[in-house]
Amino acid sequence: MAESKKIATRDSYGNTLKELGALHEDIVVFDADLAGATKTAVFQKAFPERHFNCGIAEGNMMAVAAGAAAMGLVPFASSFAMFAVGRAYEQVRNSIGYPNLNVKIGASHGGISVGEDGASHQCCEDFALMRSIPGMVVMCPSDAVEACAMVKAAYKHKGPVYMRFGRSPVPVFHDEDSFRFEIGKGEVLREGNQVAILATGLMVAEAVQAAETLSAEGVSAMVVNLATIKPLDEELVLRAARTCGKVVTCEEHSVIGGLGEAVCALLSQQLPTPVRRVGVNDEYGYSGPAADLLKAFGLSAGHIVDVVRDFL
Amino acid sequence: MTAEERKQLSVLACKVRLGIIEGTHSAKAGHPGGSLSAADLFTYLYFREMKVDPANPQWEERDRFVLSKGHTAPGLYGALAHKGFFPVSDLLTLRHIGSHLQGHPNMNTTPGVDMSTGSLGQGVSAAAGMALAARYQGKDCRVYTLLGDGEIQEGQVWEAFMFASHYKLDNLCVIIDNNGLQIDGNVADVMSPYPIPEKLKAFGFGVAEIDGHNFDQMEEAFAQARAHKGGPFAIVMKTVKGKGVSYMENQAGWHGKAPNDAEYEIAMAELKAQLAEAEAM
Repeated sequence: MAESKKIATRDSYGNTLKELGALHEDIVVFDADLAGATKTAVFQKAFPERHFNCGIAEGNMMAVAAGAAAMGLVPFASSFAMFAVGRAYEQVRNSIGYPNLNVKIGASHGGISVGEDGASHQCCEDFALMRSIPGMVVMCPSDAVEACAMVKAAYKHKGPVYMRFGRSPVPVFHDEDSFRFEIGKGEVLREGNQVAILATGLMVAEAVQAAETLSAEGVSAMVVNLATIKPLDEELVLRAARTCGKVVTCEEHSVIGGLGEAVCALLSQQLPTPVRRVGVNDEYGYSGPAADLLKAFGLSAGHIVDVVRDFL
Repeated sequence: MTAEERKQLSVLACKVRLGIIEGTHSAKAGHPGGSLSAADLFTYLYFREMKVDPANPQWEERDRFVLSKGHTAPGLYGALAHKGFFPVSDLLTLRHIGSHLQGHPNMNTTPGVDMSTGSLGQGVSAAAGMALAARYQGKDCRVYTLLGDGEIQEGQVWEAFMFASHYKLDNLCVIIDNNGLQIDGNVADVMSPYPIPEKLKAFGFGVAEIDGHNFDQMEEAFAQARAHKGGPFAIVMKTVKGKGVSYMENQAGWHGKAPNDAEYEIAMAELKAQLAEAEAM
């Protein structure tokens, strides 16, 4: 991968909200005392009359957003992933999911790369929780360009959407002008035929890097970006499994309930294929710089390479 | 309100109560106690207070009602049916497979239901969100929400109260059904929410305290609520759980239990007698 600038996907979220806000008066934004961190403050500065701070009360915020959606508005509700879907899970399930209300949850600070704040704030369970809600779209962008396109697609989509953004800057590798995003469609970043590496979020860039290393060793790895975790791009996952015969999933999330299990569930029924899951192995994180934590938890190109070597 | 208007409301409230008994008996499940305590309120809201159009349930300018204490859906369904949102005969399908009348309100299946509720403490937040949205949209509509006195033990309710007050939602009217009982017994014994009016005032609400079975007091309180500017308004109504059915009145045991066939006959006879009395007024 060529050297590129780094931007946190949460920054892209805030900037895109502002861009959309200028076009659509039905967008309102709710935050729970984290506007500076989730970047909804960017929207707030431009449209103070339709940004509503709910204070540190995420459960209320989610149901308030549901009420606003029931009136025909398109609310974006934001907090850290831990609180947006952990604290407020049942409000999301019962007041947003069950009535199928048009609320967009934009959660920042997902995963272990939250860094220094430690385990209480490192949410590695959000995909699992949100996937379990019928009708919920679950997405996680790989870079700032994809995050921007994703937020726009979420606005157009009718129904509840969960988007996870990251705190740490990540490399921008999509081309802003040519990139096209569609909910539910994966993106083949590299063709290959010995192993398919299916990744989401910041693990996509790691997967690409791993594939380059493997290529130098004579291993042909296919790399697929699955920014939409639900609904899963089943056709593409099946094609990748059929082509390569071995699959490695990569996510900054627990190996329980996330992308890896979604892929396993599909393949076990339709095309039994050996799968290795790279993710957080059913454990809590701890404090430290994000980059060091990602390495320590095996969320790195190097670890993917090791897993593939062992797998083949 | 004229004597004739009062009489009409009394007649309708009896019909709503009959529907509660018929529905829960037919379902062999449901929550008659809190439905009966709020039956007069449901009647007053839909027949005197709220701007709604049963021929156009999705009318954008309508007033909204969120039944935060969603388990008392049988009472809401009774009022909606008699208002003309759907046939009264549907009430007998309550909780049956395939019925639009779910155990707790579903906005996507039942005409006239403005928000899906059932998990206590969430409806009031949704109502606050609706009120905020209505103001942002410049809609001339009001939002009403009914909570149980046990329900306000949920912390989220106070988050919503803070929110309503902070954003000065004077188009929001919160009603609290203070029947004094919850599943495990007296609210005062389980986890006291008292004093309710003082707490609401401390949270920035205008407050009226009324007898929840008195239409004249409702009229006065709702007029006060509409006139109240700069913040939300709450009506705390003292009610009798199980009101109208002698053996259910003030009995926590009738919170979530349906009458059996014999109990059904007694309840129907009592309510029909009350209906005849109201019609003769």
